[in-house]
Amino acid sequence: MIQHLVDGILVGSFLSLGAIGLTMVMHILRFANFSHAELLSIGAYSALVFDKVFQVLLPFSAAKIGPLSMTWALALSVVLAMAFTGASAMLMDRLVFKRVRARGDELSMVFASFGMALIVRNVIGLVFGLSSQLYSKDIVFAMVISRDPLLLVKPDQIFVFGAALLLMLGLHLLLSRTTFGFALRAVAENPVLAQVHGVNLQRMITAVWVIGGSLGAVAGVFYGLSYQITPVMGRDLVLPIFAATIVGGLGSVYGAVFGGFLVGIASNLALVILPSGYSPSVPFLMILAVLVLRPYGLFGEARP
Amino acid sequence: MPDPLLVVSDLTAGYVPDLPILKTVSLSAGRAQLTAIIGPNGAGKSTLIKAVAGLLPVSSGQILLGDDTITGIRPDQMARFGIAYVPQSDNVFRSLTIRQNLDLALRATKDPAARLAAIFEQFPPLADKQAEKAGTLSGGQRQFLAVAMALAVNPRLILMDEPSAGLSPRAAEEVLDHAKALTTEAGVTILLVEQNVKQALRRADHCYVLAEGRNQIDGPADALLKDPALGRIYLGGERRVPA
Repeated sequence: MIQHLVDGILVGSFLSLGAIGLTMVMHILRFANFSHAELLSIGAYSALVFDKVFQVLLPFSAAKIGPLSMTWALALSVVLAMAFTGASAMLMDRLVFKRVRARGDELSMVFASFGMALIVRNVIGLVFGLSSQLYSKDIVFAMVISRDPLLLVKPDQIFVFGAALLLMLGLHLLLSRTTFGFALRAVAENPVLAQVHGVNLQRMITAVWVIGGSLGAVAGVFYGLSYQITPVMGRDLVLPIFAATIVGGLGSVYGAVFGGFLVGIASNLALVILPSGYSPSVPFLMILAVLVLRPYGLFGEARP
Repeated sequence: MPDPLLVVSDLTAGYVPDLPILKTVSLSAGRAQLTAIIGPNGAGKSTLIKAVAGLLPVSSGQILLGDDTITGIRPDQMARFGIAYVPQSDNVFRSLTIRQNLDLALRATKDPAARLAAIFEQFPPLADKQAEKAGTLSGGQRQFLAVAMALAVNPRLILMDEPSAGLSPRAAEEVLDHAKALTTEAGVTILLVEQNVKQALRRADHCYVLAEGRNQIDGPADALLKDPALGRIYLGGERRVPA
């Protein structure tokens, strides 16, 4: 059981990163963005491309980092993938969501996000093929942390967990210590009042997309380090990420972090009592339970 | 009115295109004066102040601030023109601390540290509670925080929308007294929308009465306090609609 708990925490690391961006977009732009998980795919695949480019241009970067399966090339690629995915998210807003926002209602935005998800997924499938891809074909052996009970952890998993925590800490500092962070929180709480105090709403919306896209890219790469990347990984991740966002409470970054870990742990612990095929139903059940018991989530606040 | 700071001419505006709430409203606010806008419910008082603040689209008319035309400015550009706006409700960010609210309002100023010190000197209770969330403040304290945030940008003009709404009578008096003191001591011009007619007229220099989105009467506040036409407008027995 403890192995499932540890695996759940590690899954929660990238779910949390994905949920942070989703909760910010949903709170500030007031719509359920079903294309958010595709940003993880964009991040994962763009990192794959950058990784290959770096390995060709800078052969020495193909060396592994210590015990990790991750190479220096991939580490550099993550940074570029964050920028690329942030820019892609911004472009999606400019080309689609901004126009729909100006003319339609929240429901139109939701349908637009469904369409955007399908487009992104199929374009990735067309470009990269439908088969799964790996960042590294080398086998990385797990470390035995404990023999009784048996607990195995891969170095990559420890890295993913630590890096995710560092990114969350960075975001926490941004939101709680900088006036830019105050402005982001102000826009989320009361966009009109934020404008009255000189906050440029469009600039903040762009910032939210870029932050959400960048964190989504990291989540996508971390997912790829733990599993395989496929064009449908966004489809597979959209439900757990939504569950994390709803469980944590819309608009709460800390709620999204907590929700991500909770969904990851619950889904993995469910394997103890349920056949593995039923594990994906756990996020559904969590969404239902939260919507019935506390509709605004564990960390969210009821909107007037 | 000699040398007004704000001049609104024939302003028509509303929430929905082709459905104006304000119909050719005109007014001016003198420098370092408290100008009150009063009128029965639905008169268009808050609509007027929102239109001046750039929060509502203007169909026609002109708004001048000194020599600058500010008709249809974006709300986030107000501070650049020296305008601050204190909304009636939801006028502070409840999830931020008092200090964070003020830091946000101060972020575009030249010397935020000095300005913050001046604000805390002016509003000592805010200094004592600066680490507390604004959502925990009482109605009166929240109103003072909203005014302090407005003062952060060192404004020439403050637009105040019913600052006494929802406050205890004592807190309402304090807030209105403070507004008056800002005009006399700091030289700030204030355009005040207020439901509490007597309280507003006792402190205002000049007053405009609106009804059904149009100018009705205006004049020195102390004279209007004694004008029987004011009561008739409020009771709906008198409307002055231009031909």
